[in-house]
Amino acid sequence: MLSIRKLHAGVAGKEILHGIDLEVRAGEVHAVMGPNGSGKSTLAQVLTGHPGYVVTAGEILYGGRNLLEMPPEERAREGLFMAFQYPVEIPGVANAEFLKAAVNAVREHRGLEELDAMEFLALLKEKMKLVDIDPAFMSRPLNEGFSGGEKKRNEILQMALLDPKLAVLDETDSGLDIDALRTVAEGIDRLRRPDNAMILVTHYQRLLNYVTPDRVHVLSNGRIVRSGDQALAQELETRGYEWLEATAEALPQ
Amino acid sequence: MSRTEKIIEELTNRAYPYGFVSAVEADSTPPGLDEEVVRLISGKKNEPKFMLDWRLRAYRHWVTLERSAGEPRWANVTYPPIDYQKIVYYSAPKQKVAARLEDVDPEILRTFEKLGIPLEEQKRLSGIAVDAVFDSVSVGTTFKEKLAELGIVFCSFSGAVQEHPELVERYLGSVVPYTDNFYAALNSAVFTDGSFCYVPKGVRCPMELSTYFRINTAGTGQFERTLIIADEGSYVSYLEGCTAPMRDENQLHAAVVELIALDDARIKYSTVQNWYAGDHEGKGGIFNFVTKRGKCAGARSRISWTQVETGSAITWKYPSVILQGDESVGEFYSVALTNSYQQADTGTKMIHLGKNTRSTILSKGISAGHGNNTYRGLVKVLPRAAHARNYTQCDSMLLGSHCGAHTFPYIEVANSSSVVEHEASTQKISDEQLFYCKQRGLSGENAVSMIVNGFCKEVFRNLPMEFAVEAIRLLGVSLEGSVG
Repeated sequence: MLSIRKLHAGVAGKEILHGIDLEVRAGEVHAVMGPNGSGKSTLAQVLTGHPGYVVTAGEILYGGRNLLEMPPEERAREGLFMAFQYPVEIPGVANAEFLKAAVNAVREHRGLEELDAMEFLALLKEKMKLVDIDPAFMSRPLNEGFSGGEKKRNEILQMALLDPKLAVLDETDSGLDIDALRTVAEGIDRLRRPDNAMILVTHYQRLLNYVTPDRVHVLSNGRIVRSGDQALAQELETRGYEWLEATAEALPQ
Repeated sequence: MSRTEKIIEELTNRAYPYGFVSAVEADSTPPGLDEEVVRLISGKKNEPKFMLDWRLRAYRHWVTLERSAGEPRWANVTYPPIDYQKIVYYSAPKQKVAARLEDVDPEILRTFEKLGIPLEEQKRLSGIAVDAVFDSVSVGTTFKEKLAELGIVFCSFSGAVQEHPELVERYLGSVVPYTDNFYAALNSAVFTDGSFCYVPKGVRCPMELSTYFRINTAGTGQFERTLIIADEGSYVSYLEGCTAPMRDENQLHAAVVELIALDDARIKYSTVQNWYAGDHEGKGGIFNFVTKRGKCAGARSRISWTQVETGSAITWKYPSVILQGDESVGEFYSVALTNSYQQADTGTKMIHLGKNTRSTILSKGISAGHGNNTYRGLVKVLPRAAHARNYTQCDSMLLGSHCGAHTFPYIEVANSSSVVEHEASTQKISDEQLFYCKQRGLSGENAVSMIVNGFCKEVFRNLPMEFAVEAIRLLGVSLEGSVG
C-alpha cells in the first residue's frame, strides 16, 4: 500500500529526515515512536503533503502511484487521512457542515453520489457512537472551544466517516486523560480492517495497549534506528529513549 | 504568492455573469443638469405641484453645495472628480409603462429572466412580490392585486405619486431631507422612480417584497427612491437586488431609501448588492453612493438592515436608524466584500433619542486583491435616551497581502445610564486552516469559500432564506443542507 524509499525531507533549508525506508501493507498497523524532535511529525506531514515541508530525495509510492506528485486534496480523496496533532479551529463553520463537505468531496472522487442532509445525518449518527461524541458538538463551529480530548475524538470521528485506506495518526494519544484515551483508542482499534492500514505516531506505549501494532519503528534523529514488534515498544517504555539514542549514534552516518 | 493568495485570486477573478447589455430603446434626455431637466423629469411623470416644488428646492440646494464644498470627501475612498454635466439624468425604456405585465417589452422581461428574476405570470409561484426597476423606471410590479386585498400598497414610486399623493407628501424626505447630504440633494432633484410600500395598521405582509434594480443604458446615472411606511403594529420584509452591465466608464448610482416604522411596527430590509465592480485593473464599475435611513418613529418599533455588499467599484453607504420611539430597536448586519480594486466605506449610524432604545451593529468586512474596506459607524446617544444600549462588533478578514481593512467607530454618549460596547477583530485565513481542509479532500477554492462563509454566518442568518442562498452563492460557497 505504501512504500517509502530513502526519503530525505525537512523544512526550508534544514533536513530533518535523513533517509527513511518503510513498507506498509494492507491490514497492517505500524507504530512510529521516538523522542521529541526525532522527525515523527515531519514524516506524517510529508505523507499528507503539507506545503511547509520539502522532500529533497527519495520516493513514496502509494497504491503504486507517486504520492509526491499528488496535491494534498488528491491524497485525501485517494484515501490518505491524517488525524492532526493540533486540529485547527474554523469559526462559524459547523462541525457537521464541514464533515458533510469532506465526506462528499471524497465520495465525488470515488464516483459515488453525494449524500444529502438526511443520508449524511444517518451516517453521522452511526459513526458518532464509535467515539462517544455528544450530538451537540455537531452544530458547534469546527473545533472552536473544543477541549483537547474533544478535538481528538472529532479527528477519529472524521476518520470513521471518511473511511480511509491509510490513516496517519499524529500523536492522537497526547493530551488525553485515561478515560478519553481508552475511548479514542478503542475507536481506532474498531476501524482496523484487512483492507486498510494505519501509521500511529506516538511518544508512548500506552496507546499500543489498545491498538496492537504489527510493527514498531523507532525514529531517532531522522532515521529509523530499530524496528520490531510490540515487544520493542514495551522495551522502550522500560529502558527509555536514551538507550536507543546511544544505539543510533553507533550507526554509520 | 502563497497558496491562499492563489486560490483567492482564482475565486475572485471569476467573470461577472450579469454584464450583458439589453437592446431596449431608451427615451433619454441629453447629458447635463439644470432646472429645465428637473422640470422635464417632473413633467414626464405628470407630477403634482408639491413634487416639482420639492425637487426644485432640492436642486437649488444641490447647486449651492456643488459650488461650495462639492462632493463629500471625508470617506476613505479615492476617485477622480465626477462631471455632473456629463451624466444623463433621465433614461426610460421607450415603451410606456405597461398597464399589465404582459405588455412589458419582451426584451426587458428577457433581461430580468436572464437575471433570474421571474416577472411572468406563470413563474410568480416563488411567493415574492417583485417591483422591477430598469434604468430608473419601474417596469412591472407583481402580486399587486393580491397585496391590495390586505390594504398593502406596493407599487412604483411614480405610481404612488399618482395614486397616494397624500402619503408621499407626508413622508417623502421626512427621514432623509434633501439637505442631508450632496447625493441626497441630487437624488431628490432628479430621481425618476423606485419603489413605494405602505403596510396598514396591524397587517403582517404575507410575502417578501422585493425590488430588483437594473442599470442598462450607458452614461446614465441611476437615481431611485424607495419609501416604506409600516403603520402601527405592522410587519414587512423587503429585499433589494441590483446588477448592471460591464462598462469601461464609471456609472453613478445615487439612491435614497427611507423607512418609517410607527408604534410596534417592524421593518426588515435586506440588500444583496452586486453592481458591476469594474475589471481586474479597476477600470469601470458603479459608484454606489447611497443614503439609507430608517426612523423608528413609534414606541417599540424595530428596523433591521441586513446588507451583503459584493459589487460596485466604490460603495459609500450607511444604512442607519433613528431610534425616536421609546424602547425601539435598530439593527445593522453587514457583509462587505472588496476585491480587485474595489473600495467600500460602509457602516451605520444609530441615533438613540428615545428611552430604553437598543441597537446592534454587526459588521463583517472581507478584503481581497487590492480591495480596500472601511467600516465607519456612529453610535450617538442623546441626553433623553436614558438606559439606551448598543452593542457593536466589527470584524475584518484580510485575504492576501495587498488589501486593506480600516475601522472608524465614532461614539457619542450624552447620558450616564446608557451602555455602549464596541468589539473589533482582524484576521487572515491561515495556511494551516487551508491545509486542514485540503487534508479532508476539499479543494482550496471550496476551503476558502467555506471559511469566508463561516466568518459571515452571523450576518447571513439574518437574511431571508432565498436571499441567504443568493448571498452564499455570491461568495462562491456551496453550503446546501447543512445539518444541525
